[in-house]
Formats: sequence, structure tokens, C-alpha cells
Amino acid sequence: MINLAGRDILHAWGKFIFTGIGLGLLIGVTLTMAGVYRGMVSDGRILLDNSGADLWVVQKDTLGPYAESSSIPDDLWRGVRTIPGVAQAANVTYLTMQVGKGEQDVRAMVVGIAAGSPGVPGWPPHLIAGRQITRGHYEAVADLASGFQLGDVIRIRRNRYTVVGLTRRMVSSSGDPMVFIPLKDAQEAQFLKDNDAILMQRRRTGADPAFNRAGTPGLLDAIVASQTSNRSVNAILIRIHPQFTPQEVADPIQRWKRLTVYDRAQMEDILVGKLIATSARQIGMFLVILALVSAAIVAFIIYTLTMDKIREIAVLKLIGTRNRSIAGMILQQSLVLGVIGFVVGKITATFAAPLFPRYVLLIPLDSIMGFFAVLGICVLASVVAIHMALRVDPAEAIG
Amino acid sequence: MRDKGIRIENLSKRFGKGDTAVHALKDVNLRVAPGEVVGLIGPSGSGKSTLLKCLGAVIDPSSGRMMLDDATIYDDGWKVRDLRALRRDKIGFVFQAPYLIPFLDATDNVALLPMLAGVPNGVARRRALELLTALDVQHRTRAMPSQLSGGEQQRVAIARGLVNRPPVILADEPTAPLDSQRAMAVIRILNDMARRFETAIIVVTHDEKIIPTFKRIYHIRDGVTHEEAGAGREPDAAASRLQG
Repeated sequence: MINLAGRDILHAWGKFIFTGIGLGLLIGVTLTMAGVYRGMVSDGRILLDNSGADLWVVQKDTLGPYAESSSIPDDLWRGVRTIPGVAQAANVTYLTMQVGKGEQDVRAMVVGIAAGSPGVPGWPPHLIAGRQITRGHYEAVADLASGFQLGDVIRIRRNRYTVVGLTRRMVSSSGDPMVFIPLKDAQEAQFLKDNDAILMQRRRTGADPAFNRAGTPGLLDAIVASQTSNRSVNAILIRIHPQFTPQEVADPIQRWKRLTVYDRAQMEDILVGKLIATSARQIGMFLVILALVSAAIVAFIIYTLTMDKIREIAVLKLIGTRNRSIAGMILQQSLVLGVIGFVVGKITATFAAPLFPRYVLLIPLDSIMGFFAVLGICVLASVVAIHMALRVDPAEAIG
Repeated sequence: MRDKGIRIENLSKRFGKGDTAVHALKDVNLRVAPGEVVGLIGPSGSGKSTLLKCLGAVIDPSSGRMMLDDATIYDDGWKVRDLRALRRDKIGFVFQAPYLIPFLDATDNVALLPMLAGVPNGVARRRALELLTALDVQHRTRAMPSQLSGGEQQRVAIARGLVNRPPVILADEPTAPLDSQRAMAVIRILNDMARRFETAIIVVTHDEKIIPTFKRIYHIRDGVTHEEAGAGREPDAAASRLQG
């Protein structure tokens, strides 16, 4: 038996190819949107992976340090370090801000890392160029995505830092590149006031008789020093001994230190389930709209192609072609259009993904699901055209 | 031979009901024997198309009887179950315009019908090529309809009507778009095919120049037919070949 759909497609291949390309671009956008969501999730997971931590100790009853602000004293880590099962503990600060270079600035997540050596939680695990931070102040390791290069002098608040190392794929959950600096510098940057504000604060404190007592020398200086220095960090990152479970280590910290502790699964849930949930819903809405638009376009195209063949369909019915053969012809054409569109869309998404500023992750599962979704949409879209074709009266061929 | 061909008795077709009913056909009687080509002539609105649709099993008559090669296909409300198969296997159609399937070449346009009837592809194509050769379009068998001239398209359409060797062919103004020479050629082909395949052919026409070629003519006016003898002249031999 002749494949009517195949013959029609070969006869009008240009129409099918160009329509398929148009549809493919739309499918490409859809796949890319899915890739943007996957990229956000991947960024979140990479943030956790790169921190090197098994547990995150944060301010009590907060979702810090990534989803909410968290502030804990910077000397707490010593007590935490003594809890059974804790192999390593290190303070860390996170601050998303504009980092300047010359006249330009780049949005980045500035990470304050505790003194130590590579392998300490919070430190960048791998460098692609340069070296790790070795001095206590004014050195930085930057992610390649920031655009900074080795030897660049960057500006964070009032201080300048020399980029001594470069990393790759060290980004925040928002996709901002990370810039690592020493913890003390980061603490200062996080709570630094401008000079006028410091001066005014000193005057105000000095004028307060409660602080400036004649009989207590040194009190005023101590109070002023505490006001202008920052003794807080955002979190303590903990690496546990392999023979302990996260829960075994987390429970005593929460009980005795009155802090909140998250393990890897909980932190991932916060990042994926809460921090990017709104973005995910937004992307989900876009995907639904794009799917509906794709369905409408396929339906319109197939309907138009079918209406162009009404007379031929009437003749086919008159000479004895079964309804299922005619329906099959329309359905096959719709599916072929979908396959062409998917191939074009997949190629478009693959080549376009690296051009996006944020990480776009195209995974095979999405492609497979997308392929079957496209086929499903094509089947649904052909229903109207099939309905029209089956309603054609063979008498129309006679006139 | 007496009961072969197509025969209709007291066939009526009514559209609508009550006061607004339109009687398109009123007690029509018609008989066409195998190998015979008859004309069906009448002005616009006379009921020609309605009669053709009833004969083609496209619409149901309101009453009367239709028989095809001994078998009753309609009898006062009763009809054969599979009209689609009846049209495919027993009735050939030739239209005013060829209405070829634009995405099939000449051979496949003809071979499609036997394929639909379950004939193997190779046999169907061989049968199509034999007919196309008989109709003198063997040199255009791989051409698409858009590459064929009007005359060639009409001959391919005639081949499509004949390919399943139906006992009846209904030709709806097959010469309307053609000049005299080509019109005569089409009638000659239909006469040849009727004789060769023992097919009963009914030609609906307005075309004055081909009317003298029919041996019998049915006039239809206001849904009523009456039969008369035609001149039965042979189509001009000079027009026996269509020019592409």
C-alpha cells in the first residue's frame, strides 16, 4: 500500500522543512528553558559540593546561609570542633555584591574563607590557574565566569585585592561567580561602615555618660572597638568523620549550642525547594505556555495543510479509501512535523546553550521527555484536522 | 446479459420534509447494459448530479430500487452495508476535472484503487501500467499530475476509473474543460473501454458536440427522466489521440 503521508511530505518537502524549522526554534526555546531550570538546580548542588561540607551550622531558626541571612559568633567553631564526629570545622561568610575592576563591576558572591589550607571546608577545591590564597589579607581567588584574570586588582568595598588563582564552575545558586577572600577581610567587608558613619558613632558613644564613665578608664575604647569590628560569620561548615552519621553529629550541636544544623539533603531541599522554587514555577509557566503555543502552531499548520487537500480527501473517500487511512495520513504528517521540529529544536538548544550568561544544563532525560511531549502535542494537534477530514462528504468530489 | 449492468426502477430522492420538501428525482427508471455508453442530459438543477450521487452510492435515494450486476444495492430503504467497498470495487468515477492526487505520480494515482482493494502493489502497478498504455500515456507514467497536460490528466483519471474493472463507470461532464478534438477523443476512449471491459458507462454532459455520439440518451428535467435514441455516431477518428 502506498504511504500517502510520506508521498505528500516528499511532494511538498519544502513546506514541511520550513514549517518544521519554525516549530523547531520554538521547541529549542522550550528545551533551553528546561535547561535553564536544570542549570539552576545544578548551580545549587555545585555550590554545596564545592563547599566541601557535610553539615552547615547556622543561626538558630534560620534557613541560612544561602536562603536567609544568618549571623553567628566567629568563635563558636572552636566549641563545635570538639563535638564527637566533627573532623573539620571552619567559619565562612557569603556576601553577594558588586565587585569592581577598574571602571567595571561584576556581580559576584564574595566568600570569606577561614585561614587554613586546601581541603578545609569552604575553600575552592580545584584551581585551573594560579594558586590558593596564602596571605591573611588582600588576595583573592576568582571564578573564571567573573571575567577576572590572574594578576587583576579587584575592588571589594574600600579594599583592593589581587587575583592569585582562578576556578571554574564555582557559582552561587543564582549563578553569580564566586570570589574567595580571607575571612577577616570578608567580615570587614560585610559589616563595614563608611568613615563618616564610624566618626558619628564614636561621637555619639563618647557623649553617652553610661559609656564614658570618668571612673572606668578604657571602657569607652572597648565599646568603640566592639562597635567598629565584626565578630560574626554566616555559618560554620563541618566535615564529619566517616564513621558518624550527619544526624549523630548534628543533634548535640543543636542541643548544646542552640544553633540550627542542616545536613546535605536538607540544604539541597532548601536550595532547590525554596530558594529557586519561584524561578522554577516561573519557568514551568513558560514551558506550559510554550507547549500550548507549539500545539496551536502544529494544529494550525496541520489544519491548513488538510484544508488545502479537501478535494483530494473527498476523492479518496469517494474511491473507497477508509477513514482510518485518511486519519493515519494526517496523523503521520503531524508526527513527521513534530520530529523535524524536535531535531531542529534539539540542535538549536545544544548550540545556543553555551551562549547564555547562566549555566544551561541540557540533560538526556529532558530531551527524551521533550520528544514524547512533542509527539503527544502533535497527536492532539492533529485531532481537529482529522475531525475535519472525516467530515468531508465524498459527494463533494462529484460537485 | 439481460440482468447485467446497472438498472434503477422508480427511484426517487426527496430533500427536506413536509411543505418544504424538494423532489429532486421522481420515479426515475434507467438501465445501462454492459459495454454500453449512454448520455444523461439535462439543464442545471434538473437532478443530474443527484441521480449521479445516488448511482454512485454517495447519497441514499428516498425510495425505489437499484441493481448492479444481478445484485440489489438499494431497495426502498434497504441498502448494502459497505458502500465504501461498493464504490471501490463496483463503480468507477470520472470527473469533470481529473482530481488526481497531486502527490502521487500517474501510475500510483491509478494503482491506488486496486491497492485499497487489497491487490498487491506489484499487481496493482502492472494493471495501472497496462491501462495507461491502452490510453496512450505510457510515456508519462512517472510524471506528477502537475507535469501532465489537461488531456493526459483526463486519460489518467479515466484509467483510475477503469482500473478495478468496475461494471459501471459514472462520468460527470468528462469533456467540459476540453476542446472538440480532445472531447471526441475522450468519448472514443470511453466507448473503446466500455466494449473492451464490458463496462456500463453513464456520461452526464451538457456538451452539445458529444451528444450525437450516444446511441441512447436519458433526458432529465425537474427530476423526471425520459429515454430517447441517440444518433450513435462514431467519434471523429481524427480525434482518437489526445495531444498533450
